[in-house]
Amino acid sequence: MALLIDIIMSGLISGSMFALLAIGFSLIFGVARIVNIAHTAFYMVAAYCIYFTTHKMGLHPIWSMMAAIVLVTLLGLISYKLFINPIREHHGAVLIATIALAMAFQEVMGLIFTGSYLSVPKLIKGYHVILGVKVFYQQLLTFGAALLILAGLWVLLMKTKLGLAVRSTAQDREVANLMGINEARVAMITMGLSVGLAAFTGAVVVPLAVLEPHMWMHPLIMMMAVVVLGGLGSLKGSFLGAYILGFAEALVVFLAPMGAFLKGSVALSIMILVLLVRPEGLFGISFEEER
Amino acid sequence: MGFIFFYLRKLISIIKNEVLVLPSRVVVAVFFIGLLLLPLFTEDPYLLRILTLTSIFAILAASWDLLSGFTGQMNFGHALFFGVGAYGAAMLNKFAGIPPWGTIPLGGLTAVMAGLIIGIPCLRLRGTYLALTTLAFPIILMGLVFAFPDFTGGELGISGIARLARSRVASYYIAVIVMLGLCTIMWKITDSNTGIIFHAIREDELAVRAAGINTTRYKLLAFSLSGFFAGISGGLFAHFMRIAGPSTLEVSMSFQVVIWAIFGGIATIYGPIGAVFVLFPLMEILRFWQDYRILMFACIVLLILLYMPDGLFRWLRDKVEKECPRCKIRNVAMRHTCRICTAPMD
Repeated sequence: MALLIDIIMSGLISGSMFALLAIGFSLIFGVARIVNIAHTAFYMVAAYCIYFTTHKMGLHPIWSMMAAIVLVTLLGLISYKLFINPIREHHGAVLIATIALAMAFQEVMGLIFTGSYLSVPKLIKGYHVILGVKVFYQQLLTFGAALLILAGLWVLLMKTKLGLAVRSTAQDREVANLMGINEARVAMITMGLSVGLAAFTGAVVVPLAVLEPHMWMHPLIMMMAVVVLGGLGSLKGSFLGAYILGFAEALVVFLAPMGAFLKGSVALSIMILVLLVRPEGLFGISFEEER
Repeated sequence: MGFIFFYLRKLISIIKNEVLVLPSRVVVAVFFIGLLLLPLFTEDPYLLRILTLTSIFAILAASWDLLSGFTGQMNFGHALFFGVGAYGAAMLNKFAGIPPWGTIPLGGLTAVMAGLIIGIPCLRLRGTYLALTTLAFPIILMGLVFAFPDFTGGELGISGIARLARSRVASYYIAVIVMLGLCTIMWKITDSNTGIIFHAIREDELAVRAAGINTTRYKLLAFSLSGFFAGISGGLFAHFMRIAGPSTLEVSMSFQVVIWAIFGGIATIYGPIGAVFVLFPLMEILRFWQDYRILMFACIVLLILLYMPDGLFRWLRDKVEKECPRCKIRNVAMRHTCRICTAPMD
């Protein structure tokens, strides 16, 4: 029973984290056709930003979270403007530009904060004991905040004019342009939104995680698996896929021998099995082939 | 005697009329000769080691280009082939006692099996889906490597396998000759009928299928060919380093290959090879600033891409050579008329 609660908590936390990351990634892919490998690198930068502002500047964690989200979004917009926008027509070049960006962020963080493991204080302390298992309030807070932001994002995309513009650009860039949507601006806004989501994920997850410059690698892979599993460009798919893979990971870690090594393998195998049955993912719309 | 003079004259006329007229061909000839003659001038073990590794990775980058550049099957998990080749060669050498000249091709064949195994589920996927899915395979394999340390050596890998050759110069020659040979073969493949079909699949798979070509078969062929070449480079790497470790399967390895190939210019074969010969020694030079090494590497890649998004070597080639507007034959950019059909170049 205690094991069950452990598994549920761990699955919920990593599921929400993957969902937030995957939705941001699939937004910018849908609108601008950018495979942003640096997406989780922004998450890492946000986490370090919070470490810096709380430990070195002594800000209250809430303020430092705000600062991190704003700063990282700005950083994302600047790097988009400088390195990605000028070569957007060349998909291959954009791809390695984002890889190079991610490497650069990793190295810069490694140089500033050294490669050692760091941690950040929890936002609210204390825990509640359920059936002999400590459930930290921070875990509940992370989960709640993730759900709240996901709901807000859904409202933004489905109910506002901006959301309509984003969705229509994702569906067909040229026609959206003909309908008077400023495609370049929508891409810029979506990039901001996407990086902001990554930064927010970093902000809510960091009190539960260990900081190190390579911390973006594992979420990157899982995020990509979630996006493929749920279907590119489908919010519902990313949401469900994230929790499926999150729980799969948690189950393997807690139940299987050598679980920590196999967690990635099992989750990715699930993704491949699903793809064998449904090549466009769980809820994917099979994109009209771009010629 | 007459025969010899005849062939000598023929050779000289080929060199004069076909090779010396285009700077790119001169560069390729100088590259071949320079690599083959280098040990005559220096036997510096450090330099030879770097060039051996560079040659091994050049095969890997070119094989990625064959699959992803030409056929358009974006593969983000090329480390899988490399790792399977390395582990295959290492296990065959260690547990079956087969010498390197046998294990390396067999390792290549193991990688072909891997190519078929991942190729079959991936055939139905396209573009970004394919890229993101292939990324998963080396990670799955790496999980298995860690989970069964008795067989695979776990984190430490399989060490103590046979040397590629006794001396460093001999290893250098093996790697360089294999590299030059395999890259010529790959270049020939892309130039042949099969290569044209590969290219057509990238441009428009539907049209190729409509032309009555079994694209599935050709895509599987591309997966296995690319897997074979990458597997051979993995085997060479394992025997040269005398260890096959999980680092050959890492995500950064897959990304590294993509960086090399796109940096040099995809769908060219010579681009990725040239890029490895520029970037890999560059990484070694940057060792002088150890802490800033990867950062500087990333910045160089970013800056060069901003100005040459089609790849460094394509950009260079377009600078020094122009295509004749009438007969589509390449000429030195300085010429005013085409060297074949004398049409004015503009």
